[in-house]
Amino acid sequence: MGATIATFRSPGGIHPAYHKDLAAEQAIREMPLPSALIVSMSQHLGKPAIPTVKKGDSVLRGQVIGSPAGFISAAVHAPTSGTVKLVAATPTASGPRADAITIDPDGEDTWIDGITPCPDWRQLEKADIVNRIAAGGISGMGGAGFPTHVKVSPPPETLIDTLILNGAECEPYLTADYRLMLEHAAQIWEGALIIARALDAHTIRVAIEDNKPAAIAAMQAAIPAEAGDAAVVALKTEYPQGAEKQQIFAVTGRTVPAGGLPLSVGVVVENVGTTLAVWDAVVNGRPLTERVTTVTGGSIVQPANVRARLGTTYADLVAFCGGTTGPVAKIISGGPMMGFAQADTSVATTKTTSGLLLLGPDAVHAYESQPCVSCGRCVGVCPMNLMPNELSQFLEAEDYEAAEAYNVMDCMECGCCAFECPAHRPLVQHMRRGKAQVMLNRRKQ
Amino acid sequence: MSDLTIVSSSPHAHSGTSVQRIMLDVIVAMLPALAAAIYFFGWDAVRLVSACVLACVAAEAVARKWMGRDLGVYDLSAVITGMLLAFNLPPSLPTWMAVVGSVFAIVIAKQLFGGIGYNPFNPALAGRVMLLISFPVFMTSWSQWVIPAPIGIDAVTTATPLGLVKTAVLSGGALPFTFNSSTALQLFLGNQNGCIGEVSAAALLLGGLYLLWRRCISWHIPGAYLGTVAIFSGILWLLNPEQNLSPLFHVLAGGLMLGALFMATDMVTSPVTKRGMLVFGAGCGVLTMLIRKWGGYPEGVSFAIILMNAITPLINRATRPRVFGGVKSGKKTS
Amino acid sequence: MTPILATSLTIGGAGLACSGLLALAARFLSVEEDPRVEEVTNILPGANCGGCGFAGCANYAEAIIVDNAAINLCAPGGADVLKSLADMLGQTAQAAEHKVAIVLCNGDTANAPRKFEYNGVADCHAAHAIGGGDKLCSYGCLGYASCARVCPVGAIEMTGGIAKVHPDLCISCTACVKACPRQLIKMVPSARTIHVLCSSKDKGPAVKKACKVGCIGCTLCTKQVDDEQIKMEGFLAVVDYAKPLDSDAPIEKCPTHCIVRT
Ligand code: SF4
Ligand code: SF4
Ligand code: SF4
Repeated sequence: MGATIATFRSPGGIHPAYHKDLAAEQAIREMPLPSALIVSMSQHLGKPAIPTVKKGDSVLRGQVIGSPAGFISAAVHAPTSGTVKLVAATPTASGPRADAITIDPDGEDTWIDGITPCPDWRQLEKADIVNRIAAGGISGMGGAGFPTHVKVSPPPETLIDTLILNGAECEPYLTADYRLMLEHAAQIWEGALIIARALDAHTIRVAIEDNKPAAIAAMQAAIPAEAGDAAVVALKTEYPQGAEKQQIFAVTGRTVPAGGLPLSVGVVVENVGTTLAVWDAVVNGRPLTERVTTVTGGSIVQPANVRARLGTTYADLVAFCGGTTGPVAKIISGGPMMGFAQADTSVATTKTTSGLLLLGPDAVHAYESQPCVSCGRCVGVCPMNLMPNELSQFLEAEDYEAAEAYNVMDCMECGCCAFECPAHRPLVQHMRRGKAQVMLNRRKQ
Repeated sequence: MSDLTIVSSSPHAHSGTSVQRIMLDVIVAMLPALAAAIYFFGWDAVRLVSACVLACVAAEAVARKWMGRDLGVYDLSAVITGMLLAFNLPPSLPTWMAVVGSVFAIVIAKQLFGGIGYNPFNPALAGRVMLLISFPVFMTSWSQWVIPAPIGIDAVTTATPLGLVKTAVLSGGALPFTFNSSTALQLFLGNQNGCIGEVSAAALLLGGLYLLWRRCISWHIPGAYLGTVAIFSGILWLLNPEQNLSPLFHVLAGGLMLGALFMATDMVTSPVTKRGMLVFGAGCGVLTMLIRKWGGYPEGVSFAIILMNAITPLINRATRPRVFGGVKSGKKTS
Repeated sequence: MTPILATSLTIGGAGLACSGLLALAARFLSVEEDPRVEEVTNILPGANCGGCGFAGCANYAEAIIVDNAAINLCAPGGADVLKSLADMLGQTAQAAEHKVAIVLCNGDTANAPRKFEYNGVADCHAAHAIGGGDKLCSYGCLGYASCARVCPVGAIEMTGGIAKVHPDLCISCTACVKACPRQLIKMVPSARTIHVLCSSKDKGPAVKKACKVGCIGCTLCTKQVDDEQIKMEGFLAVVDYAKPLDSDAPIEKCPTHCIVRT
C-alpha cells in the first residue's frame, strides 16, 4: 500500500533550493560529552524556566535544574551528571539574554534515581500519560517549542479526532527529522499511539513531503497493526508545508481560523522528533536531555546529523563535525528560512535547535533594500494570503494601525515573501517589528 | 567586507532574482520585436530606438542626480522605458520629438513621482500619450504601406488597418477590406502599418512567451486583456459582420499585442493580486474596444492602459485576498 | 434643460444639502467648551511636541483649565509663554528647570567595536531585535538614528556612528527619549556640563572588551566627590543631577575617560 497523496493545496508557497543532500545520507552520530554544557532556561516560547540549582551544586542526568514558570512552560533537566559551574544571564540563539546553567560534566553520565520505565503505557490513565510527558520536560522540537503536555491536554469540551505527525521538514538543509523517521520509525509510531491515546484521537496521519520517499516508505512500513485509522500522507514538496495551519489544510482540508488554534478544528500537530521524545519519556521514563541536530552548510567539513546533549555549544558541534572549510560568513541557528543568524558559535543548543548552518561568503545573500516595484510576487507566495508589499510600506512609515488592519498579526514569519522579493526588501523584519509594536500598543490599551 | 559574520533577519535564503534581472529579461523579450521593427522600418527604427533609449538613460541619470537619489543601483528600467516608447512611435517621427517624449516619460512621469516603484503611470505610455496630444499630426502619419493583395481596395495606403476601419465606419461606408486567414497571417507576421514595435504579433508573442517562461509576468493580465478584446469584438462581429471585423483582426491589429504583453504587464503600474490582474486586464480590454469602436481615435490601447493604471490602487484594495483562515473563507471545510 | 446643467444642479444641490446638514450637526452636537481653553491653546507655541506629557498643545491647554495642570510644562514656549499663561490665569510664573536631552553613550565607531555585520532595516528597534544589536556592547548606541528621525527640530546629529544631541537646539520635547530602544537618552538640566557618557551595566572586564570609553565600575570618580554627586548603580557610575557638581577631579581620575565636560 502506498502513501496517500495530499489533495488540498494551501495558498502561496515557494520552492527554494533544498541542499538536503549534504546531510541526508549521514546516519545519526552520537556526540561524546563536551567539556561544558550551557543549558539555557529559555527553551521555548514564553517565559524561561526558573533555575533550581546554584553554583557548586552537583547534578545527575535527568535531574530538574529549571522549574516551569507558569502554565505554558516546561521543566528543564540536567543533560548529564556533573557540577554546576555558573548560573548567569547568557545570550540565547534568538537574541535576548536568559539565565543559563553551565555544567561541568563528570564523565560518568549517571542518571538520577527514580527513572521508571513503563512499557505497558496502554494501562495508564490519560492524565498519567500527560504527567509523564510533563515530567519529561518535553516541548515542540520542530518550531517554536510549545510545551507538549499543554498541547496534549486540551480543554475537556474540545473534541480532537486527528493527530498529525509533522515529518514535512520543509526547511532547506535540515535532515534531522528525516533521519529520525528512517532510523526510529517504530518508536515514533509508538509515540504517536501514546499521544493519540492521551487525546482520544482515532485518526493518525504522518505528513511527509514527497521529496523524501525513503522516509515515506519507512513510516509506511512501520504502521502498527493496532493503530486503527493511520496513514502516511505525501505532501507536495513546497515550502512551508511544515507550517501547522498549512499542513492541517493539506492533510485534512480543514482551515484553522485566522488567529485560532488547530484545536478548534479538532487537530493536534506534533513534530516527529517531539513524538520520539514523548515515547522516550513515557515508555523509558527518561526526560528530554538530548536531541538530533543537523550540522550542515557549505562551510562544514563533514555535515552530519548529530545526537548531542542539550546545552552543547555550537562551537563544540562544529568541531565534532570536523570544523570549517574556510571563512564563515553566516552562522544560522535553525534552517535558512526561519532560523536565527548568530554573531559567533558561543550559543548552545536547546530543545528547538533543529539545525546549525554555517555558510561561506558565496552562499550568503547580503541585500540592500530597494523601493517596492509592486511586482506582486510576495502577495502570490504568502501562505497566509497577506499583502507583504503594502504591509512593509505601512511599517516603513510606522503606520501600525494600517498594518494591523491588513492583518500583520497573522504573519507567521515564514519568509516566503522576502525570499521572492526582487527588490530585496527585508519584508520579514518589517513584519516582526510591526507585530512587536502592535502587541505593545494592544497591551497599552 | 570585514571578517565579522553577517547577521540579518530570516529568511537567509533568496530566490536570486532582482529588479535588475527582471528588467534584463524584459529587454531580452523585446529583442524579437526590435528585430521585426528594424526589418520592416529599417533605419527609422534604429534611429528612434537609439534616440529614445539614450534620451531616457541620460534623463534618468540627470534627474536622479538632480533629485539627490542614489545612483548606485542602476536597474535598467530607463532602457525599457526608452525601448517601449520607441516601439510606440510612428516611423517618420522626427528625432527631437522622440527625445522630448523620452525626457517627459522619465522626468515627469517617473522621477517626479519618486522614481521606480512610485510612478502611478507607465512612463513610456505617459510619454506616448503626451506626444499624441501635443503632436497629433506627426503621431498619426504613417509610412507608405503596400497592402497585401487579398485585403484591400487600394494597393498603397498611408493608414493603419485600424485607421482604415475607423475612417470607413465614420463615413458610413462599408468595411475597407475583407479579412481572411491569409490577411491574418500577414498581420500576424507584421506586414501592416503602425508604430514601429507593434506591427509584428509573432515577434511580440515570442517575447511574451519568454517572459512567461521566466516568470517575469503571469498570464493573468495578458490573458484577461486579449480574452476580453476577443469576446467584445466577437459579440460585435456576430451582431453585425458588415460593420465589424472579426476578433482575430482586433487581436492582431494595432498595438494590442504590445500593450497586453509589455505595457499592461508593467509591474509597477499594474495590480499585485491575481484577481486584481484579471480585473485590470479585462478593464483594459473593454476600454480598448470602446475606444476602437466608438472613440475618436482608431486605436485605444495606450489610453485604456493609462486609465487602468490610474485605478490600480483601487483595484489592489478591492481585491485584497482574504487571510488564510479568515472569516467567510472561500475554502470549504470538509 | 441640457444634461450638463442638470448634472451640475443635482451635484450642487446635493453638496449644499450636505453642508447644511454638517453645519447643523456642528451646532447641535458640539460640546460646550470653556473659551479659556482656546485662549490657552493660542498662547502655546503649537509645536505639538508632547514634551509636556500631553498628546498635543490643545490637550495640554485643556488640562491646564480643566485639571489645573501646572503651567510651566511647556519647554519650547520658554519664559514668554509661561509669563503669558501666568498673566492670563492670574498665577505666578514659576519656571521649571530647563532640561535638554543627552545620549549617555560615547562608544563611537573608533571606540566600540561591533560583533557582527548587520544587514537589515536601518532602524534602531529593528537592529536591536536582531541578535541583540550589532554593537559588542549590548547597552550602547546602535547609531541607526531612530532618535534623530523623531526629533522635530533636527537637534540630533549622527557622528561617528552614534547619536549626539545639540543642547542649544533641543526643545525638551522628549520624543527621542521614547524612541530609543536602548533607553540611552536622558533629560538633564541644561546648565549641567559634567556627564558620565556610558550606560553599560556590565562588569569591568566585559566593558573593557566591548568599549574603550565605557564605565568599568572602578568607583574612582565617586571618591572625588563629597556628596554622592556621582554614585555607583551596580557597575555603572551615574551623575546625580539633583546635586550641584562642578569639579574636574572625577574627569581627570576616570581611567577610561567616560566622564566628560560638554
Ligand atoms: S513571512 Fe508573513 S507576510 Fe511573508 S509570506 Fe510568510 S506569512 Fe506571508
Ligand atoms: S515582492 Fe517585493 S517588490 Fe514585489 S510587490 Fe512584494 S515587496 Fe514589492
Ligand atoms: S541613541 Fe538610541 S535611538 Fe538614537 S541612534 Fe542611538 S540607539 Fe538609536
